[in-house]
Amino acid sequence: MQTEPAVETVTVKVDGRAVEVPRTTPNWQGNPEPTTVLQACKHAGIEIPHYCYHPKLPVAGNCRMCLVHVAMPGRPGPDGKPPMSEDGTPKVFPMQLPYEPGTPRGVIGCATGIIPGMEIYASSPETREMREAVLESLLINHPLDCSICDQAGECKLQEYSVEHGQPESRFAEVKVHKPKAVDLGPRITLDAERCVMCTRCIRFTADVAGDDALGIVNRGSYNAISTYPGQPFDNNYTLNTVDICPVGALTSDDFRFQMRVWFLKETKSLCTGCGTGCNTVIGSRENKMYRYEPRRNNAVNSDWMCDAGRLDYKWIGREDRLTKLRGPKGDITWPSALQEISGHLANAAEGSVAVVTSARQTNEELFLLKKLAKRYKALTDAVPRKGEADHLLVAGDRNPNTTGAQLTGITTKRVGSRLAAIAKGIASGKITTLIVFGEDVTQHGIDATLLGTLKLLIVSDILPNATTKKANYLLPGCAHAEKRGTFTNVKGRVQKFTKAFEAPGDAMPEWEVLHELVHAVTGLDGFNSIEGLFNQMAGEVKAFKAAGLTWASLGDKGADVKL
Amino acid sequence: MKVDRTELTWWERLYLPTLLNGFKVTLRHFFSWKRSEVYGDKQKNYSAKTTMQYPEEKWDVPTGYRGAPYLVKDVDDKTKCVSCQLCEFVCPPRAIRITPPGDSGVVDREGAEKMPKEFEIDMLRCIYCGYCQEVCPEEAIYLLKDNAITGESREELVYDMKKLLALGGADKRAYDHHVQDGVSDGIKKWETKTREAREQPKFH
Ligand code: SF4
Ligand code: SF4
Ligand code: SF4
Ligand code: SF4
Ligand code: FES
Repeated sequence: MQTEPAVETVTVKVDGRAVEVPRTTPNWQGNPEPTTVLQACKHAGIEIPHYCYHPKLPVAGNCRMCLVHVAMPGRPGPDGKPPMSEDGTPKVFPMQLPYEPGTPRGVIGCATGIIPGMEIYASSPETREMREAVLESLLINHPLDCSICDQAGECKLQEYSVEHGQPESRFAEVKVHKPKAVDLGPRITLDAERCVMCTRCIRFTADVAGDDALGIVNRGSYNAISTYPGQPFDNNYTLNTVDICPVGALTSDDFRFQMRVWFLKETKSLCTGCGTGCNTVIGSRENKMYRYEPRRNNAVNSDWMCDAGRLDYKWIGREDRLTKLRGPKGDITWPSALQEISGHLANAAEGSVAVVTSARQTNEELFLLKKLAKRYKALTDAVPRKGEADHLLVAGDRNPNTTGAQLTGITTKRVGSRLAAIAKGIASGKITTLIVFGEDVTQHGIDATLLGTLKLLIVSDILPNATTKKANYLLPGCAHAEKRGTFTNVKGRVQKFTKAFEAPGDAMPEWEVLHELVHAVTGLDGFNSIEGLFNQMAGEVKAFKAAGLTWASLGDKGADVKL
Repeated sequence: MKVDRTELTWWERLYLPTLLNGFKVTLRHFFSWKRSEVYGDKQKNYSAKTTMQYPEEKWDVPTGYRGAPYLVKDVDDKTKCVSCQLCEFVCPPRAIRITPPGDSGVVDREGAEKMPKEFEIDMLRCIYCGYCQEVCPEEAIYLLKDNAITGESREELVYDMKKLLALGGADKRAYDHHVQDGVSDGIKKWETKTREAREQPKFH
């Protein structure tokens, strides 16, 4: 076994308890920097309240929320020895104001590096008093809009006020009122009154998104976040500022006044917008999805996701979702549909079947489709979806699982190159059965008249289109939020997503349907749990096998396979 | 356990005197001019009679009684509820269902930014606990005195926002309370804020 290189550590005292912490910690760009007081306390299991500090942004040190009282070891004397107290331990000196000895002086935890022997008083009366004072000054002009503020329930100002603030306001004067409901950009609304001037949004957009669009205007209690006059805040990453804004100053137009956050159930999921596969959290209530939020995965998306992907969920709840299972004679039940389809397929000759599937289906589904196809030596392919890649997250490949389709053998390096052959096969009458999963093939060279010449057209999809209209058997499928499974991203990271809510009507997870079909048609036994199915696939697909994947080892953040 | 049976006296065993005693109580009430606490003000007009013509007539429940929860409007007859959904969250039997307004906010007064698109209380579910009234940061929902909620179907007893606002009416109660405390417009905090903002020097 390979041993980890020894981490150089430093011992400091947090609330009287000695803790050993790494000397350096990765900064927002991942480069080592001296560990700070705030990070050392985190190692000790104590959270130092903070607004402007964010692990993925450059340190600004402007909010002062993280003030803590500390004591430093003395400098070595002329004899080279540090000053000692009577009991023989090194003496520490609590920090105090230079011009007012006796008054404790705080340091900002987010930007003060630790030194060996330092003592951090994370919950001393002095520290508590500093926090109280900072909160009081932050609340002077704060509107206390909580009842109409979307942030309520996940607001750091609320949380810290309850935990560290004063029970009552001493401010009797009229508050400064700043602009409310300012349209900052096409997707963001700013409430300037609620801003605590932490500049997280400014740093994010300048340093991470690379669009120096925001700044602070005016002075003193009148200062406010603003864009350059006439320039809307509009890049593909703006909504991340809503996530990192610790208060309700920046709100998402899409989520504004839609639902209170305490009703939202959080489910770990993935974005399906492109091949990057950003890790997300779905916020849903009673079978309705309200939002995506990015979930930290340093190997994939850090703490961010793009706006386009974030807003790409509306189709899940669309009114015209396919909810009815349909056979040649109208409505049908799953058991009879599966029985009839397997009956038809059992008689199909080799080479007379073709499969067109979407690279938006999961690894498991593609694996099962490939098994089905093998039985008939069927032509299989997926449909490519291309866009422009950007500097941060967005991949040129707009399918979430092209790699999965390639690894399972559904398609080749040149995705979609066999589609023409399939169309020709149908035209020549060689292919009489077409299985389509999640694509409108009429848009990809197999038009409606051609589909009309087929003996059997089995279509699974989520939304209606020209292909679903032609289907002999229409199997309503599930969105990723309604089932479990895995995707493989463009870099070969296999990641899983979980089920957030129930699918509408007859819709069933495609892998369950395919599992039944494969079993009935090929006689091969499979697993009827997603865990078992994944592990079986991991044993059969070469790349997955080489990486030694198991469902359990994927964890929440996925695992890499070699491409 | 053994229960001791006391022997009845011969007078008690006579039976008739006890019966007559009962009649006496009935007659005393029948001719009574004394007002009963329970019937309160209503009794004024019917002082000699203890039978109340329920349900045409209803007694006045004492102050503090927890009747049906209704939405109240402010003194200008505007919706006070801001759709914070705290009552929906706190309601133990989940009798309340609020549809938030979405981005536009839909408000009928200045400054509040939002009010519910729809607000329903299922009176069959409500247990009259009063938590909604207690939790409401806007003093927009009160358990008023209505106590005989009847209907002919379940649907009818799901009161929508229009009905709840009509039944709740303009909020004299909370307003008077605030005036007593010396904050005459504390009850209209959103309007006050908007006015303050307008009065302060402009800046951009
Ligand atoms: S930012 Fe926080 S404290 Fe301020 S109104 Fe919103 S929820 Fe309340
Ligand atoms: S808008 Fe939010 S993130 Fe930006 S400075 Fe204000 S509080 Fe911080
Ligand atoms: S009184 Fe209690 S049960 Fe009835 S609506 Fe209010 S919170 Fe719910
Ligand atoms: S608690 Fe009050 S303001 Fe909030 S939704 Fe209920 S009635 Fe409306
Ligand atoms: S978190 Fe340290 S100053 Fe803001």
